[in-house]
Amino acid sequence: MPTRERIGVAVAAVLLAVVLPLLNLLPAGSPLAVSNFTLNLFGKFLAYAILALGLDLLWGYAGVLSLGHGVFFGLGAYAMGMHLMLEIGAKGVYQSALPDFMVWNRVTELPLFWRPFHSGAFTLLAIVLVPALFGLAFGHLAFRSRIRGVYFAIITQALALSAWLVFNRNEMNLGGTNGLADFKTIFGFPLHQASTQRGLYVATALALVAAYLLCRWITLTRAGKVLVAIRDSETRVLFSGYSPAAYKLFVFVVSAALAGVAGALYAPQVGIVTPAKIGVLPSIEMVVWVAAGGRGTLYGAVLGAVGVNWIQSWLTTSYPDLWLLFLGALFMGAVLFFPDGVLSALGRLGARLLRLVPGQKRARLDAPLRSRAEPHGVASLPGHPRPDPSSRLR
Amino acid sequence: MRRLVFFAVGLLAWLAAGAAGHAAPAAPAPAALGRVLVDLAGEDPARREAAVTLLGETRDPKWLVFLAALREGSVYARTRGGTLELVVAGTKATRGDQEVVDIRSAYERAPLGIVPLAGLREVPADRRLRLVIKPFLDADETRAQLADPDPAVRRGAAVKLGNQADAGAAAVVEAALAKEPDRWARRALTEALAQIRLAHGAPEARAAAARTLGAVHSMNGLPALQRLAGDAAATPAEREAATLAVRQIERWTLLATAVETVFQGASLASILLLMALGLAIVFGLMGVINMAHGELMALGAYATFVVQNWFRAQWPERFDAYFLVALPVAFVVAAAVGLVLERGVIRFLYGRPLETLLLTWGASLIIQQGLRLWFGAANVDVSSPTWLSGGVPVMAGVTFPWNRVFIIALATVSVAVTYWLLFRTSAGLRIRAVTQNRAMSSCLGVRAGVVDAATFAFGAGLAGLAGAALTQIGNVGPSLGQNYIVDSFMVVVTGGVGKLAGTILAAAGLGGLTKGVEPALGAVFGKVAILVGVILFLQRRPAGLFATRGRHADA
Repeated sequence: MPTRERIGVAVAAVLLAVVLPLLNLLPAGSPLAVSNFTLNLFGKFLAYAILALGLDLLWGYAGVLSLGHGVFFGLGAYAMGMHLMLEIGAKGVYQSALPDFMVWNRVTELPLFWRPFHSGAFTLLAIVLVPALFGLAFGHLAFRSRIRGVYFAIITQALALSAWLVFNRNEMNLGGTNGLADFKTIFGFPLHQASTQRGLYVATALALVAAYLLCRWITLTRAGKVLVAIRDSETRVLFSGYSPAAYKLFVFVVSAALAGVAGALYAPQVGIVTPAKIGVLPSIEMVVWVAAGGRGTLYGAVLGAVGVNWIQSWLTTSYPDLWLLFLGALFMGAVLFFPDGVLSALGRLGARLLRLVPGQKRARLDAPLRSRAEPHGVASLPGHPRPDPSSRLR
Repeated sequence: MRRLVFFAVGLLAWLAAGAAGHAAPAAPAPAALGRVLVDLAGEDPARREAAVTLLGETRDPKWLVFLAALREGSVYARTRGGTLELVVAGTKATRGDQEVVDIRSAYERAPLGIVPLAGLREVPADRRLRLVIKPFLDADETRAQLADPDPAVRRGAAVKLGNQADAGAAAVVEAALAKEPDRWARRALTEALAQIRLAHGAPEARAAAARTLGAVHSMNGLPALQRLAGDAAATPAEREAATLAVRQIERWTLLATAVETVFQGASLASILLLMALGLAIVFGLMGVINMAHGELMALGAYATFVVQNWFRAQWPERFDAYFLVALPVAFVVAAAVGLVLERGVIRFLYGRPLETLLLTWGASLIIQQGLRLWFGAANVDVSSPTWLSGGVPVMAGVTFPWNRVFIIALATVSVAVTYWLLFRTSAGLRIRAVTQNRAMSSCLGVRAGVVDAATFAFGAGLAGLAGAALTQIGNVGPSLGQNYIVDSFMVVVTGGVGKLAGTILAAAGLGGLTKGVEPALGAVFGKVAILVGVILFLQRRPAGLFATRGRHADA
């Protein structure tokens, strides 16, 4: 890891995990105070950022576009939510040991798959393992049969749709459309207290830093290089004696687990888990966080997740009609005008304005990707020079 | 002319029915019913209801008109020369400072002159009384419908009479049956007659009726037959006939369900095909998954809505023709938007399928929100032209709705036209050339950019056509596209790239399978099962049913 990035990560970690919570402790009147609401909002954004990191690892580095990460996020969130529901105990509206929605649905006995979630340790394990195992099974089926590119994207989108449909059903005993809500405590701490929320925020910030370091470590290892190679030409990697499927499966599972952790941190901070976070639209929105922040950089994913969601929370309250238009424009812009992210695009623009840099000369392994698909027919001929990808764009 | 014949038939039926003793005592003189009318004008609810029942049971058209007037509250009572008289009020007017009204006698409708309203007392019809009146008027209406020129209406009336199983209706039904030219209406009348006889006939007649019901596979008669089969009071012959009929009908129901499922599968398959056709051509040619395809369909649907409104405002007498105009309009609107999309943004991204996927998704969000801002978030109302409402009966208990039949036909025509375009025209030759080898085609002088634009516009136009067709079977709202888009992607992915046959086969397979598993699993889990099926299928054929083979397959 370059020194500059080390310093950046350290500064960001201190800022997010220490300074912001401390500012929250200030009395409400002081100019630097961060309100409980803002801190909570940020906690949500940072949870999203964890998911975006995994997605960037998968898409930006390995070139695998998943339009179904909402499912893994949802699995983590539901795993946490189930534990929180059971923690409520008999303090619910119906004074029953069963969660309230089961009482409405006339379920008399706790379903078998709910029981292990009484245990906190099991829940913490499930948050990582359930999405990871599901990702393993799905990824194994998909990558083994060499489903890739657009096909993979479509299949994951269908996965998101089906998961959304299933989680909406009352028969699943997961609360149907209303989901899980009315959490009271988390591991014994009351959720409505500011200190608990602050603690959750700090945990999220630390998890984000850990996730960042994990992802960066992966990209710096030999495996990370193979991932980039797969992104740029899977066939060549295959012919060089590597198994692209195994690498892709590995990174898919890692990103699924990260999404699960993100969901688990999201659930107690928002206080409700519903299928609405699982469907097709939320899943593809997650992709635009990464696209807007800049693919294949990791920090771009974090900035994108926080930035896009910040704008969303502002637009949906102030100009609700504009949000979808903005989101659509962001998608198109991220693809057409700033393939390496909004910030780098602004940076390039600024640089051009200052006439400091005449053209783009940067070429790094983890530099934002331009293109890797080859035109029909030509590329796989041995000995043919690959056409310059950027010439196709401009 | 036909109307006249039907009218004559109806009249004859009416006369015959009258002769059979149904249409009431020939001349129920007002005097004979005097006491009834006094009851009616009185206060006792029970006696008033009895009076209405008595009048209704005469089935005399004139008394039924009187009851209708009573229901509307235009019957008044007055005392003349010591006797109570009921009159029906007509138009009211103001003469001088008092209100006057034109009155007629209750039965004969003889004009009685214009009298002041103050001298009359209204005979009120409260809710209970209106409820007593309703069945008589309805029954009369149903009987009148038996003479309707439209066979579908006659069929409906027959089914209604059969389900009411009113003994008095037997003669009417029998008379109508003798005159009925339409095969399906005749079947319905036969069924109705048998149902009535089953309910009211002598034991032998009931056994015969049960046999008839079995022979016509009457699903409406099934409950009554089951009751009869288990009825200890019935004769053995009746019970045996009923049991036999029940078994016959149940076997037929099984067949009918199978036919219906196949039809529904075909209908779903053609919807999927209509949607996936454009998508598949574009995907095959340019490797572009057009996520905005669903919104192009929504555009087609809204174009239909606009055309419909235009017709309603400008040309109401030709309203039924609007849909024929809307189809090409929807095609052109969607194709134009598609062209703008392709020339404006997509062409910069060829060879980068994942980016185009995100780009078109962005475009879809913008189009969707644009529709929402322009037309409102609520669903809009697109009414079917009369020639698409109703259905065609194909066998006892199975009716194919015209709108579904139309969609199957439209899908067939679209596929045929696409085939013709791709394989019988020089433009199609160019499209196929670019699909197979873009670089080589360009070298040989095919202008790939023009081919791309034209193909994309054609694919978009097909989406518009699909949207127009969807207005006839579902809701039209801004998120119309979202509901179908994933399904049509599944068709494209399953079908494979570059071969239309794959798309057709995949649409048929997925449509049929969905309808096949739905009864057992329900809509949601059926869909999930289909997805799992597709993933497993892709294990064996990663590039779909018809994969492109060779060097360029990997691009």
